Amino acid sequence: MGALVEEFPVILGAFWLTVRLTLASAVAALVLGTVLAAMRVSPIAVLRGVATAYVNTLRNTPLTLVIVFCGLGLGLVLDVSFSESLSTNYLWLSIIGLSAYTAAFVCEAIRSGINTVPVGQAEAARALGLTFVQNLRFVVLPQAFRAIIAPLGSLLIALTKNTTVAAAIGVAEASLTMKSLFERHQDSVVAIFFGFALAFLVLTLPTGLFFGWLSRRLKVVR
Amino acid sequence: MSTVLYDTPGPRGILRNRILTFLFAAALLAGLYFAYLKFDEKGQFDAALWEPFLQGDVWVNLIIPGLLNTLSAAAVAALIAVPFGFVFGIARLSEHKWIRVPAGAVVEFFRAIPLLIMIFFAQYGGSAVLGLTVTSFTAVVFGLVLYNGSVLAEIVRAGIQSLPRGQTEAALAVGLRKGQVMRLILLPQAVTAMMPAIVSQLIVLLKDTALGFIVAFEDLLNAGARILPANFRNLIPAVIVVAIIYIIINVLVGLLANWLERRSRRSRKTTIKPIEAPQSVGVG
Repeated sequence: MGALVEEFPVILGAFWLTVRLTLASAVAALVLGTVLAAMRVSPIAVLRGVATAYVNTLRNTPLTLVIVFCGLGLGLVLDVSFSESLSTNYLWLSIIGLSAYTAAFVCEAIRSGINTVPVGQAEAARALGLTFVQNLRFVVLPQAFRAIIAPLGSLLIALTKNTTVAAAIGVAEASLTMKSLFERHQDSVVAIFFGFALAFLVLTLPTGLFFGWLSRRLKVVR
Repeated sequence: MSTVLYDTPGPRGILRNRILTFLFAAALLAGLYFAYLKFDEKGQFDAALWEPFLQGDVWVNLIIPGLLNTLSAAAVAALIAVPFGFVFGIARLSEHKWIRVPAGAVVEFFRAIPLLIMIFFAQYGGSAVLGLTVTSFTAVVFGLVLYNGSVLAEIVRAGIQSLPRGQTEAALAVGLRKGQVMRLILLPQAVTAMMPAIVSQLIVLLKDTALGFIVAFEDLLNAGARILPANFRNLIPAVIVVAIIYIIINVLVGLLANWLERRSRRSRKTTIKPIEAPQSVGVG
């Protein structure tokens, strides 16, 4: 326990980085995922094809590989740079990897949400003369989103856990910090592990409860 | 559904869609060309970087061993995780509180924490607490078993719970004991229903073996992102080739899952539908 108290500021900093990684990637993944979902149901075959290929590729690739590609491939080989500071640069590259990966799952969730919207809704919207974009924006997507709040919450929890993979390119978030604490305090490995596990529970459990409550509250009454 | 979202285009609609198709295709090609320029600028199309993949030695000595390590870690983990899932899934349905509650706590705990910190814990905890040398293979398998076993436990529980109550009641009424009800009546029907979900979780398990890269397990990703670049300085080509191998394996296993799903739909063992995988399965 002593190690946990002694290193408390370090641990707090690491989890703050985990939270920032999660939120930044979640926003980017939600936007990209929505665009991909719209592309996958669009009348234009090129867009459908591109989005389908993207989703199938990213879903079948390990996240670690995606992050390594972003960090080492984009970062080192192709010199993609967001910041003078090396650690900030890797942070952004890992956000790109995490959001690119998660967007594929967000897209699938939204697509299944679109399928829960009764056909009559979209037909009525068409009968009123709404175009494809208007139909999605005003009728279908608002209902689809309300139907998939619980799955999106699960995705957010999975994303929170997945941010640990950024350790692969040396982003000092929670898991990498835990590893370095293991090395520094070899006598209290178990306490440190349960401390970090508890902190992850503190992050993920309220997320699950909140999204459960939100999905019940916003459920479309039919 | 998608065709419900827009009318069948008339002459003007077709023209507009053609124009949009053209514009988006042009934008796509421009994006690809930009990526091509960027790759070319850094010399990523040099034959020297891609040529290693035409050599048999490179495959036999560097890539295939990594692939075999990935597959064996996945196979060992799957062989332990599936029984783990059945034991804990059934334990959570026990009538005895002292079995149900601890089993539920274990499953929920390991589902809620990241796989990577379990792998780190296995690596460091094994030597610090038990005085054992934990190989990276063991650490990866340890983490994969606990995480995926817990998710599988939820699948098993959902599968058994999806059966109509009447099945249990009828079985008890004809005089079967609790163990017999589970073994003879519930499990045979539930397994059929949950097979597709189990296979898709095994795909996740296979993908998650790549986490071994972080603890220097010599898996397929390690071959692509460490060993090949160390020899040929070809990180991007190597990672792309390795990604293609992962995708091929996962698509093949995915086809197996689809086939199982179709088969279980035709199966006469049970009338219940294949259960949905618990949410966020497949994300891991």
